[in-house]
Amino acid sequence: MAFDKNNYAPGTHPDLPPPPGTVGVVGWLKNNLFSSLSNSILTLLSMYLLYLLIEGGLSWFVVDAVVNANDKPGCRKIADGACWAVIVKRFDQFIYGFYPLAERWRIDVSFFLLFVAAAPLLYPDIKFRKYMLVFSCLYPFIAFILIKGGLFNLLMIETNLFGGAMLTVIIGVTSIACSLPLGILLALGRQSRLKLVKVISVCFIEFMRGVPLITLLFVASTMLNYFLPPGTNFNLLIRVIIMMTFFSAAYIAEVIRGGIQAIPKGQYEAADAIGLTYWQTTRFITLPQALKISIPGIVNTFIGLYKDTTLVVIIGLLDPLGIGRAALADTKWNGLSTETYLFVAVIFFISCFAMSRYSLWLEKKLSTDHN
Amino acid sequence: MNSKNKNYVIKINEMHKWFGSFHVLKNINLEVGQGERIVICGPSGSGKSTLIRCINRLEVHQEGHISVNGIELSGDLKNLEAIRSDVGMVFQSFNLFPHLSVLENCTLAPIWVRKMPKKDAEELAMEYLERVKIPEQAKKFPGQLSGGQQQRVAIARALCMKPKIMLFDEPTSALDPEMIKEVLDTMIELAETGMTMLVVTHEMGFAKKVADRVIFMDEGEIIEQNTPKLFFTKPTNDRTKLFLSQILNH
Amino acid sequence: MLNLLKIWRNEKSREIIVQIIVLIIFGWFISWLVGNVSGNFERLGKDLSFEFLFIPAGYDINQYLISYNNRDSHLRAAIVGLLNTGLVAICGIVIATIFGLFLGVLRLSKNWLANRIAYWYVEFTRNVPILLHILLWHGIIINTLPHPKQAIDIFDVSYLTNRGFYIPKPIAESGIELFYLFTVIAIIFAVLFSRYSKKRQELTGKQFPVFWINLMVIIVFPCIALAFNNFPISFSIPELKGFNFRGGLHLSPELIALTFALAIYTAAFIAEIVRAGILAIHKGQREAAESIGLKPDKVMNLVILPQARRVIIPPLTSQYLNLTKNSSLAIAIGYMDLVATLGGISLNQTGREMETMVLVLLIYLCISLSISSLMNWYNYRVKLVDR
Repeated sequence: MAFDKNNYAPGTHPDLPPPPGTVGVVGWLKNNLFSSLSNSILTLLSMYLLYLLIEGGLSWFVVDAVVNANDKPGCRKIADGACWAVIVKRFDQFIYGFYPLAERWRIDVSFFLLFVAAAPLLYPDIKFRKYMLVFSCLYPFIAFILIKGGLFNLLMIETNLFGGAMLTVIIGVTSIACSLPLGILLALGRQSRLKLVKVISVCFIEFMRGVPLITLLFVASTMLNYFLPPGTNFNLLIRVIIMMTFFSAAYIAEVIRGGIQAIPKGQYEAADAIGLTYWQTTRFITLPQALKISIPGIVNTFIGLYKDTTLVVIIGLLDPLGIGRAALADTKWNGLSTETYLFVAVIFFISCFAMSRYSLWLEKKLSTDHN
Repeated sequence: MNSKNKNYVIKINEMHKWFGSFHVLKNINLEVGQGERIVICGPSGSGKSTLIRCINRLEVHQEGHISVNGIELSGDLKNLEAIRSDVGMVFQSFNLFPHLSVLENCTLAPIWVRKMPKKDAEELAMEYLERVKIPEQAKKFPGQLSGGQQQRVAIARALCMKPKIMLFDEPTSALDPEMIKEVLDTMIELAETGMTMLVVTHEMGFAKKVADRVIFMDEGEIIEQNTPKLFFTKPTNDRTKLFLSQILNH
Repeated sequence: MLNLLKIWRNEKSREIIVQIIVLIIFGWFISWLVGNVSGNFERLGKDLSFEFLFIPAGYDINQYLISYNNRDSHLRAAIVGLLNTGLVAICGIVIATIFGLFLGVLRLSKNWLANRIAYWYVEFTRNVPILLHILLWHGIIINTLPHPKQAIDIFDVSYLTNRGFYIPKPIAESGIELFYLFTVIAIIFAVLFSRYSKKRQELTGKQFPVFWINLMVIIVFPCIALAFNNFPISFSIPELKGFNFRGGLHLSPELIALTFALAIYTAAFIAEIVRAGILAIHKGQREAAESIGLKPDKVMNLVILPQARRVIIPPLTSQYLNLTKNSSLAIAIGYMDLVATLGGISLNQTGREMETMVLVLLIYLCISLSISSLMNWYNYRVKLVDR
């Protein structure tokens, strides 16, 4: 019995299934992979590329890889693939640097608490936000005492023992936290009506953004001491953090300036009309709105800064990359650069990718909030 | 002109203003009496919005004098503070603060400018929100309200400062037709309380109903001013006639 | 007293007072810094002098675009370094742009598989620090490519080894001038022809396939010139002599690793910029263009690209700038760029940290500021067109 799709009395037409091959697996393949000749060729090429990658990668990464060996020749004796033994043997160093074994719990606790402290900043809807923010403010002191020690019977640890992923997190988090207030001031300065304030802010921002970070780190390691009173000599780590702070403050200032410029002029007019002063307007009208729209940008700046912490290896600090280079300098592991660098790359990829996902999520959330 | 008494609250004397080299306001002379309700109309670009924005110094005039409540408008910040807390303003695009709730929008200035305790400010805000008939929206954010409701919140926000003068800058032109009425009704009620009002609007019905005086502006000048009755029935200037014919016959 | 209060209350004079206070604090801070520097210099018995620039540098640079040996001055070494920075930056920018555009197009493609591959490529690349990219590629060349003796042989003319790549080097012989001349003529013709055809199209509505004709001319013309003079060009082919290759063009592992890493890293960002730029154009624009009957390539060229260009170019320039700044990481693998010469070896040999670093910072600042002012000018012009 053949259906005639066009033979129904008006108002009685039922919903019919779509023509075959337009939905379901076949339809999807047809639409997304083989919709035209050029598309089909592209698909086949992609498949071939993927095949090469998987075939070559899998054998090197997994099938022929060696996890347990004492040195490179030991690896080669077993199989020809990747020699992950270099990572396995030094895994602890990649995470904790040369931090004393017995004290490593302090790093773990600080790292865990970091998430507690960051939660109310990153998830605006969290419960008990007010109380958690108090903790966020206290966190820097808690973390400092925990990691550096010297108080409450905690063993004092020299900063030259810091290293690995822990060093990356310390430099990254400290710099970004310090650069936020500085960045806000610079952004306000750049938007200021006062010419002089504006000029100073612009010069600072453009200088920091105009030169490569590595030159600033060289400045920190070679000539910063000249600018301080004779005899002051402080820790390289702190000097690096200061430079990183200035550097990211300039970028954050530009992000926040974007946020400030996105606020409609009417907001300032309304604030003027009800009689708020400049600082009241800044505090109640400008910053709450500007900061909120800048959060994704700030997170992206943070991702950039976090990646840039690898540069400290050039002036002799031992972040994960530095630990990797130290391992490669060891005659036992000489030449295993691909394994080492890939491992560090994967660490960075996982953390940065997670952060950029968060930033995207936040952007979407902000654009649907309230209006 | 016929004002209710000789107690002027706003005096504008030979005032000029330029935007760059463009002469927006030319020799403006205007006196507004206590409790007087003035409607300013005119084609777009005629300088009517600029005029009322000069009264609370959102725009700075270059020549002439403006005094509000006997205080001269100048670079003096203390005087400016005093004037701004006495003059309320309602904008075409509402300009509510989107990150603050309706209640917070209303209490912000009383708390920080009038230095009122928070509890008192909130009571005051609720009182005015009731007067504009949206007390139930107090906890919502501006983005969750309709345009008409937002504009009524803006009126309440201005009233919370207990101003002596209210300026309205085209309060209904960003609204959908069905919402214009609710805002106009609020304004009519406000007029009935004896508030001094300067309203820039094209709502001629409103002008006929509440205005004591209608001012027609064109190309930066006050062309004609009169009581609504005479203004609409016997306009003297040709430009006024043209404008009225355009606005009334569509 | 009352007068002072009045001055403070006035808008204009308050602005001036605040600025004077800022100036005093800022001036004090600067003089503090300067005082510290001079105090420290005195204590260490140093002075501020740029004379070191003119004494022999005494170190070798393995990659140079202008002649250099270790008896040349520090200044010349710095210039060699700057040129090396330029070389990497320009090569990197060209490769990154081409590759980035290609990836961006893949990211926009409706082909699910190609789209996903490009997506994961972009995500993986840009979420890994650039320094790691550089070290990784350098390590791959140095550690996994074979010694020159077992070099990977490409058609017997190019060789990939762990000491770098050896490729044929074109050598001009007499008679090549005609080739140069014809190339210039071809380019001039192409420019004039596209102008003419545009005018013709405006007047008569008739169109030429301008792109294809110009491409033909630019390829064929110079070839004719070559054939006419019996191909006055020869290639120096690298040959294995002893432990290493002789002849040909040698690309050092550092140059290749740096250029390649910078290019593929920046390409990932460019791909996203291109994608975002095209997507920023409202869907209605495409629909409107199609509804008035424009063909897909015209939709792209006449409607989408002119609008997308405005969105794409500013971030694209800042990526170029980033690439140039990132090239300073050359020092990690020993490529002799500006930072590695002037800010590295020259600094260590002369002990003049202040002078060398100030010069390095100033040079980078000049590059950045000139490019960003160019960008501001472009934005300003585009904005004007907007209204």
